[in-house]
Amino acid sequence: MAKTPKPDELSKIDYTPPQTAWTETPTVYKEGVWCFGAKPKNLETLHFPNPREWRVVDEDWKLPENWQEIVLNGMKERLDKYRSFRVFMDSCVRCGACADKCHFFIGSGDPKNMPVLRAELLRSVYRGNFTLAGKILGKINGARPLTLEVLKEWWYYFFQCTECRRCSVFCPYGIDTAEITMMGRELLNLLGLNIDWIAGPAANCYMKGNHLGLEPHTIVGNLEYMLDDIETVTGIKITPSFNRKGAEILFVTPSGDLFADPGTYTCMGYLMLLHELGLDYTWSTYASEGGNFGFFTSNELAKRLNSKIYAEAKRLGVKWILGGECGHMWRVLNQYMDTWNGPADFLEVPKSPITGTVFENAKSTKMVHIAEFTADLIKHGKLKLDKKRNDNLKVTFHDSCNTSRGMGLFEEPRYIIDNVCNNFYEMDELTTREKTFCCGSGSGLNAGENMELRMRGGLPRANAVKDVAEKYGVNMLANVCAIDRAVLTASMDYWVPSVKVTGVHELVANALIMKGEKERTTNLRGEPLPGMEGQE
Amino acid sequence: MGGNIPPCEQGHEMKLYSFLSEKKTAVMNRWYDAILNTYPSDTSKFLKGQKNPFMNPVGSTTFHAIESLYEYLVHGEGKDEVPLFLDNIIRIRAVQDFTPAQCVRFILSLKETVREELKDEISVHGLQYELLEFESRIDELSLLAFDIYMKCREKLYQLKATELQRWTYRRLQKADEIYKEECVYKDIHNEVIEFGRKEVDK
Repeated sequence: MAKTPKPDELSKIDYTPPQTAWTETPTVYKEGVWCFGAKPKNLETLHFPNPREWRVVDEDWKLPENWQEIVLNGMKERLDKYRSFRVFMDSCVRCGACADKCHFFIGSGDPKNMPVLRAELLRSVYRGNFTLAGKILGKINGARPLTLEVLKEWWYYFFQCTECRRCSVFCPYGIDTAEITMMGRELLNLLGLNIDWIAGPAANCYMKGNHLGLEPHTIVGNLEYMLDDIETVTGIKITPSFNRKGAEILFVTPSGDLFADPGTYTCMGYLMLLHELGLDYTWSTYASEGGNFGFFTSNELAKRLNSKIYAEAKRLGVKWILGGECGHMWRVLNQYMDTWNGPADFLEVPKSPITGTVFENAKSTKMVHIAEFTADLIKHGKLKLDKKRNDNLKVTFHDSCNTSRGMGLFEEPRYIIDNVCNNFYEMDELTTREKTFCCGSGSGLNAGENMELRMRGGLPRANAVKDVAEKYGVNMLANVCAIDRAVLTASMDYWVPSVKVTGVHELVANALIMKGEKERTTNLRGEPLPGMEGQE
Repeated sequence: MGGNIPPCEQGHEMKLYSFLSEKKTAVMNRWYDAILNTYPSDTSKFLKGQKNPFMNPVGSTTFHAIESLYEYLVHGEGKDEVPLFLDNIIRIRAVQDFTPAQCVRFILSLKETVREELKDEISVHGLQYELLEFESRIDELSLLAFDIYMKCREKLYQLKATELQRWTYRRLQKADEIYKEECVYKDIHNEVIEFGRKEVDK
């Protein structure tokens, strides 16, 4: 039965003219939203097509003459290769369940950021070129030709999706819009249309093993700075090994941890914990990146950049691999590494030498997340912890998209935080675990020039943090992801300035009572420990 | 707020304010609709419909903030928090697809809303002068809004600069060390007279 309008509704006449259909609504390219285009030298390094100088604001993007043919052939190839791609192109019924689940739509209010509409950007071209109904009925069937405007629109919106997969949690058909974005980006890359914030780190990684392009001596040098700081705080001189053959465990972490605060404090946490355990492990200056910006470019590049991890494990002759706190790194390692570059039959099923726990969940990949490893240590009472050292903190935990939706890592980080902090508060359940909101800057969108976009995307997460900050006085946002540590710092600074950002292992290291340590007066940031004010 | 004390606090009998108080819900709804209509129609439907503040931070923040601003304008309540309420809305709009004018215009749209919603009352009771006074108070808010908008935009640029500093700090630290280690003092005949110190202050 139709809803009977109320008298005041009847008296209101909407003079707004009908809005244009989304296909007819021109896209406005706004500075602050898009990222700079990929530089030719980076595409050349990666052997990607069409390296050339180009600027987003220019009319001419210097595409090859037969660009439409390249894209449509690329689309056909992928439709044949990936069954999921074809299913996702065919099966959406436009129910709208995903529409309001995207952090970019919620924060920007731009309807083309609704996951359904972002997918339609590609689907409309699919219909027009690969389905009979679309070929015959055209526009009536929601089909449209692949024009230059359409291509530019793809570029604008596929780099406004962080591949976080929150929308897929709510899709009744299980359509994974992240995979649609991945396909969109692969097609764009066939024309040299990447962003430089992804192409640059990927090129660095291909040549030097890590996104930042740190050479072996720089990696060692950066860690030495941290070791000096650890000695200042604890009085303990740690001497980790590098590229040591015959070590039991290879440790791999995102290079962001080696470089910028607050990731460096998390890295100090790893160094202190692994030293305290007396673990037989080594760092590698070659497999010096757990993250993978190839994953935001194409399946082929992701595989290429990932290959060094097993190769280095084999070269060094380790038994298994331990990995640091990262987000997308773990989606890659957990879901793709094994089939891309495995089987890792030269490695053993990971077994903690401290507790004897066998990590059955990593039976195939042979790689364990440090949160799993540390939670197991705590569970077996292997760590001496003084929670009071973190009493100045009221902590909440942000589930990273990839560790939560990509590998179901929910309990371990919480268990650790509970054991190293006295004050831990959860955010609203609609914004945590598998329903977690993205930081707003994942999948290679953590550039500087798109700061407005990042703040839009970060709003839903920040809004939930603000709630616990107001209710409980939360002042620290913990997470297990290097990109989170970098970008949530900016997001909090804009939306909730009273809240700082930390990795979980920074909290562990502050609480960790180490053998032979001096009386600690400060935390790893050099701030006085609770009760030690004035003595640092 | 320019010492602009609402008449209700001054003890004056002003009819407009009692009408504004009586018809609060109608005025608020109309004002809220006017603000949401600055978004594309698909978006404004969502912003109006979704009531959960975690699923709809833009809609819920906007509604709560304008409700508090209305309380201040009509009853003079919460004066100290007015910049905060304005900040809550403007901080969001400052990063969305709005020009600076579109970003802060939502305050001025209250004028049109009140004129429309209280059209009969204003004309029957001859409240035009009181309306002018009320609208001046809205103008004050819009000026404050512009200050806040600028602060938000400056913050965005500051974030970019701070992030760059954070990323380059270790590199600069390293460069500084290399420079100090290699520092060699020479005289005018290019003879080495002193080496720079090897130890570096950290």
